[in-house]
Amino acid sequence: MAIPSRDDVSIVPRPFVVRDRVVETGDTVSLDLVPVGGGPVPEFAPGQFNMLSPFGAGEVAISISGSDEERGSWTHTVRSAGKVTDRLTRLPPGATLGVRGPYGVGWPLASARDHDLLIVAGGLGLPPLRPAIRRILAHRTEYGRVEIVYGARTPSDLVFSSEIQRWRLRDDLRFQTTVDAAGRDWYGDVGLVTARIPDARFDPARTQVWACGPEIMMKAVAQAAIARGVPPAAIYLSMERNMKCAVGWCGHCQFGPEFVCRDGPVLPYPALAPWLAVREV
Amino acid sequence: MSAARSSRPHALAPSSHPFLRDFDPPFLHGLAPASQERTFAADEYLLRDGGEADGFYLLLHGKVALEIATPERPRLTIQTLGPGEVLGWSWLLPSHRWHLDARAVKETRAIVLEAAALRHAIDAHPRDGVRFLTALLPIIGQRLANTRIQLLDIHRG
Ligand SMILES: Cc1cc2nc3c(=O)[nH]c(=O)nc-3n(C[C@H](O)[C@H](O)[C@H](O)COP(=O)(O)OP(=O)(O)OC[C@H]3O[C@@H](n4cnc5c(N)ncnc54)[C@H](O)[C@@H]3O)c2cc1C
Ligand code: FES
Repeated sequence: MAIPSRDDVSIVPRPFVVRDRVVETGDTVSLDLVPVGGGPVPEFAPGQFNMLSPFGAGEVAISISGSDEERGSWTHTVRSAGKVTDRLTRLPPGATLGVRGPYGVGWPLASARDHDLLIVAGGLGLPPLRPAIRRILAHRTEYGRVEIVYGARTPSDLVFSSEIQRWRLRDDLRFQTTVDAAGRDWYGDVGLVTARIPDARFDPARTQVWACGPEIMMKAVAQAAIARGVPPAAIYLSMERNMKCAVGWCGHCQFGPEFVCRDGPVLPYPALAPWLAVREV
Repeated sequence: MSAARSSRPHALAPSSHPFLRDFDPPFLHGLAPASQERTFAADEYLLRDGGEADGFYLLLHGKVALEIATPERPRLTIQTLGPGEVLGWSWLLPSHRWHLDARAVKETRAIVLEAAALRHAIDAHPRDGVRFLTALLPIIGQRLANTRIQLLDIHRG
């Protein structure tokens, strides 16, 4: 892909204001952001991300986990993992921050039409997938069977609980949740997301697999899908790398030959496989 | 073997359970007298840590939680198993003792093969025995691989 010129992309943050803040788990919140002064938010492709900068704290890449076009807002779901994300999770409604984007290549919704879909999310891998799942459900007849497996550390680490509840009740979708460990009050599944793949219902020759989560989990998902007969080129993973410019200029996010900010974050497995096997890239 | 709410003989066939798919009917036929279909009520234990490992469980229906209990912390479920999956291989190893608890999360039905008969059949019919172990090993290997990933606590970040 050609490197975008400095005129092609905006790297200047726009001021946004936190309109709403929803506590998802002990360390994760969803922030509803609207441009200061109102107006629409730019269109985005599910799987893309924005660079968020709580003023004076730095800047981080955060996926768009939802949007409300009518109300002109973007949702971002942030887990406190360090200095900048911690500041973001503490922003109250009314606080302002800088936002630039959307950036990157998202989920291949167009080429997935008429295919079965196996969507696997681990931990905070669900937020970048949620806009894609919502779009698929809004155009449900264009896709084949849809299987979603969502894994988290414990039941209290599951995000979007009320929306998941609604998805679980649908009969045109199978949504399975599994956690790494649980107490006796949990009646769901316990174990790795990969354990749900052998009996997932899809036609391997006409299936796309989308995965987002810890790299070791995504690698295991890809291997389990390939073992079921899914062609490697039909497997897409969303990668996370440290980002600075987010537009393909600085090379900070390089993963093998790919720049995750510009060529990804969603990349086909064959482009990633040689590098996922390497201990450090 | 733990008491189950109900049990009845089960006529074993390759179609009885995915694990049995590739076995010759005569081998399964030989095991049939040592197999029972059992139903466990919700919260009933199929097996207990330290108890005699005297059966191999082929799950047909329901859900089973594999639990670890220590004096210091509440019971922790480390894995759940469902229909089409198998449970328990400690009967293969000399101490013949279970190393964890398995509890029915909801009403659960399983074919239970008597361990002594299974060990005898594996010895007496080495070809089928190798097939049995070759079917079991990848399952053990996969669970070990999954446990290793779980140990990394990958979601903590
Ligand atoms: C495309 C993309 C989408 C992302 N989407 C989300 C999201 O929706 N929600 C969310 O909470 N987080 C998301 N992240 C991760 C988020 O950007 C990092 O957690 C954040 O940059 C950490 O910065 P910090 O200053 O808070 O922590 P730091 O103090 O810089 O680091 C805290 C920990 O996070 C690790 N880390 C730092 N930067 C990254 C990074 N870019 N990717 C992975 N690990 C990192 C560090 O090694 C360290 O272990 C995304 C990252 C990328 C690249
Ligand atoms: S972050 Fe600069 S090239 Fe990707």
